[in-house]
Amino acid sequence: MATSADRFVHRSNPIDRMGRTVVYTGELLRHPVYTRFLHWMVGIFFFLALLSGFGIYLPWIFRFFTPLFGGGATTRFLHPWFGLAFVFFFALQAINWLQVMRWTPDDSRWMKHIKQYVTRSDSVESPETGFFNAGQKMQFWEIVGGCVAYVITGVIMWLPEIFGRILVAISYVVHDISALVMLFGIFFHVYLSTFGEPGTIQAMTRGTVSEGWAWTHHPSWYKAVTGRDPAEALEEAKRRNTPPPLPPRTL
Amino acid sequence: MSDRGTLRIQQISAHPGPVAGEGVQRQDKVCKLIDTTTCIGCKACEVACVEWNDMPFQTTYFDNTYQTMPDTDWNYWNLIKFNEDQHDNGSFAWLMRKHQCMHCEDPGCLRACPADGAIVQYSNGIVDFQQEHCIGCQFCVSGCPFNIPKFNPNTKKVYKCTLCSDRVGAGLEPACIKACPTGCLHFGTKDDMKFLAENRASQLREVSGFQNAGVYDPDTIGGTHVIYVLHDATKPERYGNLPAKPRIPLSFTVWKDIFKPIGLFGAMLGFVGVVMHYVFEGPRREQPAPPVVRIDPPPPPAGKEN
Ligand code: HEM
Ligand code: SF4
Ligand code: SF4
Repeated sequence: MATSADRFVHRSNPIDRMGRTVVYTGELLRHPVYTRFLHWMVGIFFFLALLSGFGIYLPWIFRFFTPLFGGGATTRFLHPWFGLAFVFFFALQAINWLQVMRWTPDDSRWMKHIKQYVTRSDSVESPETGFFNAGQKMQFWEIVGGCVAYVITGVIMWLPEIFGRILVAISYVVHDISALVMLFGIFFHVYLSTFGEPGTIQAMTRGTVSEGWAWTHHPSWYKAVTGRDPAEALEEAKRRNTPPPLPPRTL
Repeated sequence: MSDRGTLRIQQISAHPGPVAGEGVQRQDKVCKLIDTTTCIGCKACEVACVEWNDMPFQTTYFDNTYQTMPDTDWNYWNLIKFNEDQHDNGSFAWLMRKHQCMHCEDPGCLRACPADGAIVQYSNGIVDFQQEHCIGCQFCVSGCPFNIPKFNPNTKKVYKCTLCSDRVGAGLEPACIKACPTGCLHFGTKDDMKFLAENRASQLREVSGFQNAGVYDPDTIGGTHVIYVLHDATKPERYGNLPAKPRIPLSFTVWKDIFKPIGLFGAMLGFVGVVMHYVFEGPRREQPAPPVVRIDPPPPPAGKEN
């Protein structure tokens, strides 16, 4: 069976071989073990860095975060390490996804009807939507940029003796803005992968999605991996689902 | 490093809500006056500071100057800077300046500090670090226009001159004042010290021929509780990087106090946005979805969509 692996080069590596991904009938492989592992390491360290960072960002609001990490001084000590771990795993993920995240003319077309996407005016995604849609790609590239900003400004604030007070003062603002943008974006990410588009989270847990999910949210990817036309597949499923007409009633 | 019992607190770093005890008791603003023109560089004040604060001595090295070490340190809060000043006619003078925390009226260190209570300002103007609340981020270093707070990598805390808040709280003058043999250091209320300093400056201008003599009490940070009499107040930089217009970076004032809360509010709009999206639009279901029973309100008539 064709898999998402056909769409981007993913050579199976030791981490993939440590686990398994079971694809049942009616499902497609979406993310192999290595991708899932990286994603959740990114997720864990992102939230650790976020919570410890916000304990320092606005302590008069978030004073309850610092005790979670063992007090203010320990929070301050841990935060850069959480951040580095987040960036490290995200860097691996970025390498893993570099190919599929490439911006294509289809993505520019997708962006033009983003309003219909938000208002859900079509029941399925526009047919050119591939493995990731343009919104997902934008968020990916935002995180790549944010990570670069985090590392540069974070190291400057970590070693103020070397970089001097003015660079630290500038970095402080850039670091904060990067965190705010990422926090803003992550609400959309978590929402869309759980409540907003039911059936998505299993892509990152079990690694598979249903065929229905694929032709609904990523029709062009569905076509690439199954060779079937997503619109036709949907019509066929509709026919299968429609109960046979009731026999004429006789009185 | 302080005596909270006798000194009232006026400002607390990163503190939510009002400052308990603020304005409860009248306290005179204190001030240390340093007359650089009568300093002989004997370093008695350096010794007195290390002695009173009971700090371990720090090894230093000789780098062709009489200065004890290149800069103040976490265990060396008071340093006479030996600035060699070359005149146009080739002659030379030493501009000696006692370098320590300036106890700013608007302290950049306190503005920058993100830890509740790690830096306080007493009603008498003294700015004091409370190491038990310090988280070791060193933002105060970046906020200070005078490069004063110094980090101890072992304790991961920051230290600086306390203006002997423990002594002042008990009605004594700071240790350095007590040690100075020439009387170039004075301690008293800010008003008295300002008066004394202006008098000395006009004496220097009128009697001693220093036309530019003046008092250093920079108003860009609301004045300081340590003031200098300088032979040449027009170029304080000559006294070892004493800034003419010390400033607190906008990151620690405009950004920290105004845009940080606004930015957080903006980011949380993302959360409100997704919740409202679910409420107003609902999820996109995998197709084919179960047959629709009813849509409320009914979709607009055909032709009017989008
Ligand atoms: C509880 C939190 C999270 C959940 C439930 C979640 C869920 C998911 C799911 C299901 C996917 C796959 C989407 C697909 O296959 O189309 C995904 C992809 C992704 N995740 Fe997460 N994730 C979470 C946190 C994070 C965090 C904290 C980051 C990084 C800061 C992150 C970065 C990404 C990226 C870049 C992708 C690929 C592109 C995309 O789908 O936007 N995720 N996530
Ligand atoms: S001189 Fe620096 S450390 Fe001292 S009060 Fe001013 S800003 Fe704070
Ligand atoms: S290092 Fe300075 S800014 Fe940071 S918590 Fe300690 S006193 Fe405050």
